[in-house]
Amino acid sequence: MKQQIIVSGIGGQGVLFLTRVVAQAGVLRGLPVLTAETHGMAQRGGTVLSTIKVGNFASPLIRTGQADVGLLLWEANLSVHRPLLKENGRLLINAAQDGEGERIDAAGLARDLGNAVLANLVLLGLAVHKQALFCLAEECEAAIRELAPARFVDQNLAAFRLGLDPCHSSHCQELAERE
Amino acid sequence: MNKKLLMGNEAIAQGLIEAGCQLATAYPGTPSTEVLQAVIDNRDEAVDPLHIEWSVNEKVAFEVALAGSYTGKRAATVMKQVGLNVAADPFMRTAYLGVKGGMLTIVADDPGPHSSQNEQDTRLFCLQGRVPILDPASPAEARQLVPLAFELSEKYELNMVLRPTTRICHSRQNVVPAQPETHGRTADFQRDPTRWAATPAFLPALHRKLNEKLAQIAREPAVQPRLIAGNGSKPRTALVASGIVYGHLVDLLTDLDLHGKVDLFQVVMPYPLNPEFIARLQADYDRLLILEETYPVIELQLGHPGAVGKQSGLVPREGELTPDVVHQALALFLGLEPPAESPAERRGQRPSLCPGCPHRAAFYSIKQTFPQGIFPSDIGCYTLGMNLGAVNTVHCMGACISQGAGFYQAYLQDGEVPPIVVTIGDSTFFHSGIPALINAVIQQARIIVVILDNATTAMTGGQPVPHMGVAAGGAATRAVAIEPLVKACGVDFVEVCDPYDQQRFMTLLRQADQHARSPEGGVAVLISRHGCIMEPAVRQGQTRWKVSIDERCVGCRKCVDAFECPALKMDDQNSVAVVDQDRCVGCGTCLPVCPVAAIVKEESR
Repeated sequence: MKQQIIVSGIGGQGVLFLTRVVAQAGVLRGLPVLTAETHGMAQRGGTVLSTIKVGNFASPLIRTGQADVGLLLWEANLSVHRPLLKENGRLLINAAQDGEGERIDAAGLARDLGNAVLANLVLLGLAVHKQALFCLAEECEAAIRELAPARFVDQNLAAFRLGLDPCHSSHCQELAERE
Repeated sequence: MNKKLLMGNEAIAQGLIEAGCQLATAYPGTPSTEVLQAVIDNRDEAVDPLHIEWSVNEKVAFEVALAGSYTGKRAATVMKQVGLNVAADPFMRTAYLGVKGGMLTIVADDPGPHSSQNEQDTRLFCLQGRVPILDPASPAEARQLVPLAFELSEKYELNMVLRPTTRICHSRQNVVPAQPETHGRTADFQRDPTRWAATPAFLPALHRKLNEKLAQIAREPAVQPRLIAGNGSKPRTALVASGIVYGHLVDLLTDLDLHGKVDLFQVVMPYPLNPEFIARLQADYDRLLILEETYPVIELQLGHPGAVGKQSGLVPREGELTPDVVHQALALFLGLEPPAESPAERRGQRPSLCPGCPHRAAFYSIKQTFPQGIFPSDIGCYTLGMNLGAVNTVHCMGACISQGAGFYQAYLQDGEVPPIVVTIGDSTFFHSGIPALINAVIQQARIIVVILDNATTAMTGGQPVPHMGVAAGGAATRAVAIEPLVKACGVDFVEVCDPYDQQRFMTLLRQADQHARSPEGGVAVLISRHGCIMEPAVRQGQTRWKVSIDERCVGCRKCVDAFECPALKMDDQNSVAVVDQDRCVGCGTCLPVCPVAAIVKEESR
C-alpha cells in the first residue's frame, strides 16, 4: 500500500489537524507514515501545504505530478498546488461553486454546524465517502477521537459524518428545495 | 511500546528525555520551537531531575546549558540557525574549552528559507567553529542521533551539534519510544581555571587538543558515511547526500528503478569528515554527485576533481533542494531523461496579521499619524505590518532600535529629520532590544519606539515572555515589567495605550513626536498593549461586535487595501466591501478606517 496525499489551504483553516487525522489513520492501520507540514509565518492566513506519504517512503515531500489525492480547503490554491497531482489523481475541493474536481460546500455545511473551521473534516468525510483515500471511515473516526480535545470530539465527528453523507444534512435539503 | 507519530522536533525532544538530559534551554524560533515545547509537555517521563527554560535569548540559553554540562550533567540548548549567530560568542569558545557532561546544541536550519531572514548553513558554521555536527535524514534518525551525540560529547568532552532542517523538524514519522535513562549524577563542578577561565597563554594547547580530538572523532565508527552499494552498472560513479536530501534521493531512485544500482553514500556527520573517506572517494570514483543543504560543506572538504554539486553549479546554489530539484540534478548527472519542466513556483495567498490583531490597529495609527515616517521594524508576526506600509526595514532580532538611531544620526547631519517610528515586539525587546535602547538614549537619538506588547511570543506559538511572570510549563515566576525597565534605560516619555483605542493611540503618537523634538526631549516609548488575539482568553475577554458594511459603502477599497484585514474583502460583482463573517472576530477596529462610516457594529447576539 502506497499513497501520496496533499492537503492545501490557508493558515487558520485546520490544514494541520486534517493532516494529522489522515496520518494517524495510517498509523492505526500499522503503516509507515511520513508527513511534511507548513509552520511559521505562512500560518498567519497565507497558503499552507501539507504532504502525507503512506507506505514505504524515505522522504516526506512529493514531486510534481506524483500525488494520488489532493484535499483542497482553499479553492484559489488550485493553480499553485494542482501541478503536484498525478494526471489521474483525485481532487477533492471545498467550494460552493462548480468546477474541476469533486466538490462540496464544506464551509457552508460546517457553518450549519456552528463553526466554519470544521470544513476540514467535512472535506475528509467526502474523500472517504468517495473512496479516494487509503483509509476507512472507522479509522478516521478513531483518529479524530485520539487527536481532538475531548470537548470537541462530538462536533468533529459530526462534521466528518456530514461529509461522509452530505445529502442527509439540512443544508443539502435546503439546496434541493431551492432547486 | 507502541509506535507514535511524532513531529521531528517532538522526536528530538523524546531523544533528549530518553538520554537523561537534565538541563534543556531554548529561545523559540521557527523551525526549532517545538523541541523545547515537547520537552515541557513530556517532562514527567524524565527519570532524573530536569530543568527546562525559555531563556531570554540564544546566547543566554547556550551559557546556562553549558554551565550545566560543566557540573557533569547532560545539557542541551535549542535554537534556529540565526539564533546561533546570537550565541556565536560562547559557542566558538566552547570548541576550545570543551565540556564535561554531554552537551548538545540543536540548531534547526531553514533551507528555502521558509520562515527566516536567510538560509545559512550551520554545518559551515561548525566547520569554522571546529565543532562536530550530525545531519539527520528523518525524524526517527534525529531521535536516534540524540543519545549517540551525548555519548560522543562525553567521550571527547566536546560540544556536539545536531542539525535538523525544516523538513525534519516539521515532518511526522512513526517513532518507537524507549525507556528514559537515568544517570544518577549530582552536580560536581571541578575547578580548573586553566581550562574554564583559560587566558591566551593556555589557548594554543587547548586548540591543539581540539584538533587532536577532531581527528579522532572523524574516525568514530557510529558516524561514518553509510554506503548502499550499487550493482556495478554505474562503475566509478557515486551519489553522496546528507540530511533530508538523502531521503528525497532514496525515494527518487526507487521511483526510477535505480535503487541498488549506483553507489549511494549517506553522510551522517558532515564535519569533520574522515580523511580516509575522502581518500577512498578519490581512489574509487571518477564522478560524484553531491547533494546537500544549503552550502557546499561536504563538497568543499572532499575537494574531489570529479565532484559535481553546488560548487560546480550543476546543483542550484540557493533555495531548498526539493525532490523536483534533486530529480533535475540526478537526470543531468546520470544522463537520464530530464523530468518534465516543473511549473514556476507560485506563491499563493500571502500571510496577513490575524483578524483582530492588535498590531494591525497600531500600524494603521502609526501610518495615519506619520504618512512620511521611516519605520524600522523587527522579527515576529509584526513583520507583516509591511502589508500596511508601516514596516520599512526588517533585519535581525532587535535591530530596529539601533537602525532607527542610525537613521536619525544620518538625517540629522542634513538638518531635517523625518519622524522615525520603530516597532518591536515584547519578546524581541527583551531578547536584544534593551542594549539598543540604552544606546539610542545615550547617543541622543530622537526616535519613537513603539513596543508592541501582546503578552506573548506570538509568531512561534505563544511562548511566555519575561513580563508575564510565567516560566516554561506554566509555573509562576518573578515578572520583569517593561515600564520600569524602559525608564531605567533613561527614557523620560513612557506611555501605555491599547491600540484598539485609535484616537488615544494617535494622540500619544503625536505627543511622543513632540517630546522627541522638544529641546530637552529624547527617545519616546509608547507601549502598545493588547493581548494576542490567538489567545482564547483574549478573544473571550473582549466584546465581540457584529460588524457589517451598510449601503453607504462607495467601494473605495480603503478598508481592504490600507487596513488589510483578512475578514474584509471586495464583492467584485457589486463593487462594495463586505465582511467575511467566518473570519471576523468582531473587534471593531476597522470602523474608523471607513471614510464614509459604512462599517458599522452592533451588539452581537
